[in-house]
Amino acid sequence: MDSALIPNGVRRCSLGKFLVSLSIVGAVLLWGVYAMFLCWFKGLNQTNMNDYYGFALWIWADLAVIALGGGAFFSGFLKYLVGKDELKHIINYAVLIGFICYSSALLILAIDIGQPLRGWFIFWHANVHSMLTEVAFCLSCYFAVLTIEYIPLILENRQINRFPLFHHLAHNMHEVMAVFAATGAFLSFFHQGSLGGVAGVLFGRPFAYREGLFIWPWTFFLFTWSAAAYGPCFTLLITKITEAVTGKKLVKDNVIELLAKISGWMMTTYIIAKIIDTLYWANVTAPSRGFNLMDFYSNNSFYGIWILIAEIVIGGVIPAIILITPNGRKNPAARTVAIILAVIGVCINRWVMVLQVMAVPVMSFDQWALYYPSWQEVATTILPVAYGVILIMISYRYLPIFPQEAELNPIES
Amino acid sequence: MFPFNFEWIWDTSHMVFMGGLWYALTILGLGMTWCVIKAILDTNKGGGGHDSGYH
Amino acid sequence: MKNEHDHTSTKKFGMVINLDLCTGCGSCMVACMSENNVPFKEDESDKLRSITWMKVYKLTNKRPFPETDICYLPRPCQHCEGHDGHSPCVSVCPATATDYDMNTGIVSQIYTRCFGCRYCMGACPYHARYFNWFDPVWPEGMEKYLNPNVSPRMRGIVEKCSFCYHRYQAAKDKAHLEGRKEIEEGEYQTACTQACPAGAITFGDLNNPDHAVYSLKKDPHAFRLLEKLGTNPKVYYVSSKEWVRKAGDNYLENERPAWK
Repeated sequence: MDSALIPNGVRRCSLGKFLVSLSIVGAVLLWGVYAMFLCWFKGLNQTNMNDYYGFALWIWADLAVIALGGGAFFSGFLKYLVGKDELKHIINYAVLIGFICYSSALLILAIDIGQPLRGWFIFWHANVHSMLTEVAFCLSCYFAVLTIEYIPLILENRQINRFPLFHHLAHNMHEVMAVFAATGAFLSFFHQGSLGGVAGVLFGRPFAYREGLFIWPWTFFLFTWSAAAYGPCFTLLITKITEAVTGKKLVKDNVIELLAKISGWMMTTYIIAKIIDTLYWANVTAPSRGFNLMDFYSNNSFYGIWILIAEIVIGGVIPAIILITPNGRKNPAARTVAIILAVIGVCINRWVMVLQVMAVPVMSFDQWALYYPSWQEVATTILPVAYGVILIMISYRYLPIFPQEAELNPIES
Repeated sequence: MFPFNFEWIWDTSHMVFMGGLWYALTILGLGMTWCVIKAILDTNKGGGGHDSGYH
Repeated sequence: MKNEHDHTSTKKFGMVINLDLCTGCGSCMVACMSENNVPFKEDESDKLRSITWMKVYKLTNKRPFPETDICYLPRPCQHCEGHDGHSPCVSVCPATATDYDMNTGIVSQIYTRCFGCRYCMGACPYHARYFNWFDPVWPEGMEKYLNPNVSPRMRGIVEKCSFCYHRYQAAKDKAHLEGRKEIEEGEYQTACTQACPAGAITFGDLNNPDHAVYSLKKDPHAFRLLEKLGTNPKVYYVSSKEWVRKAGDNYLENERPAWK
């Protein structure tokens, strides 16, 4: 029924099956939308946040999706600026995933603020000294870049591309994509970094605070670095999941292995820097403020030293070793384990830099504050996931996302 | 964000930060304008537009 | 933001709280709430969502009987100066909704500018900032008791102790009408200071040698909370008990506090 919209040379499931799947995910989406409106109309009392946990699940989700969406800017940087041309076979998907991640982040921020109608104050009354201002500006601008990168994909839909204007527009946008990608890389460097800076500048919070270079704490550089290292892993993970769901090979192994290799080396350098940062913080920065490392990891029922080990060793060192080893990354099972561990690792890092910062008591007579999210928070966090799945489903069905799909899955006639 | 906002100060921080912002916005704006104008001109010249998908 | 005046000629309002005198009665908290139209909920059992600009903490020395000792510590906003007004919360606010006034040393909160991102709350190690999780609703008739000089706050924004700034404005207005340039020490006092039955709280200009706080802050037993973090607060505490002074900051096991 919708075959005229489906790209040439590929096969898709029946429209009925597609619509049924879409409606299942759509139901989850509606649940999230309901919770979102509850938060907007009734206020943030719908959450389990409190005055100790001003930042909670949403801000973690925000930081996590932006780190995971880092695959878009880094793949773009590698393809357009470094010249890794093989990545053109996965860049479309990286852009789509990035687009989903960044639009989700903006949506979550719109729910998270107490006075959503005043959200524009962050631009209008900008305090240029705040890391959050830098985040808002670069995030919005980079979302514009991702939209610009996603538009040509939409224009390449078979029916849309028949219109000469759209055909030429898509062509011209491809022509200057390197300029947009370079701008995107510039913006990404700053907003990924400033998200790290959000925690790193908190000199009233010894768990988060880091020294740094000029106005930027070390977390600024670590966040950018980790997004570039771990973001491609998320692109690979979603590609893997898409291949599993569709039952098709969509991207050739050489492309996957190249991205896995680059990601592995980025991760290796990052994790070395992270270990050095952690050692310096544990032995110099925190003690200068009267804290031992273990003060941050004891006397509570959740944040044990396990979380530091899980983040650095299990979610960092192990996947890095697997991905930099040729046999490791060429083995599909090992590679999949590595990218899953890496995604978990970066998510733990963002969790720790948001939630644990809030949990650790600073005044000696204060106490640990633990928190669990309300269903409204969970639903609004799942909302972007459902939205992302829907956008991927529609984009995969109607747009030429995977240039190698037709070649890898020839239609027998 | 703009010099007419009352909290604006002509200091280094504002110039660097807002300079970066407006620089990025200008590139994006000009880039897109160029794409659209050239697409209109190309369309008027004729050609293009085909039923493809993957190409 | 703008440092328009010579810092030495400007005021630096602050407090000295004598913990030896504090009985933990909570009068300061009540006075603060009523003076500043602080809203409350029908169910105040979740203390992590209660708005208490002034909060009295109970400290213990964690020793077994008979060495057990306790101390009450009232904690208003510390109005941190940080380094040159770079207080933890002011520097992070993305919308310039909170400001460090170089002329008074008071950290302000602009309620109509705040959009409720709560970054300042995360930045404050004293938990002196509170979010309005609910719409402020007063029991019928009670709205008539609201202080007309203080605007009530709306849901979704952050609020905190202002050192009763409206009283400073009123005192300045009065002085202006009377042709005076300066206000007297007694003309500007916070509600908590006046309400304390034990006289534990002293408020004034820390820069002015004629004000009581000027000399009180130099007490050998004076300390500030979390000084090591570099927040540079303007609330001083005095306690003759060493364990209380030590509780004011964090120390490594074998570390000797600087004041010892």
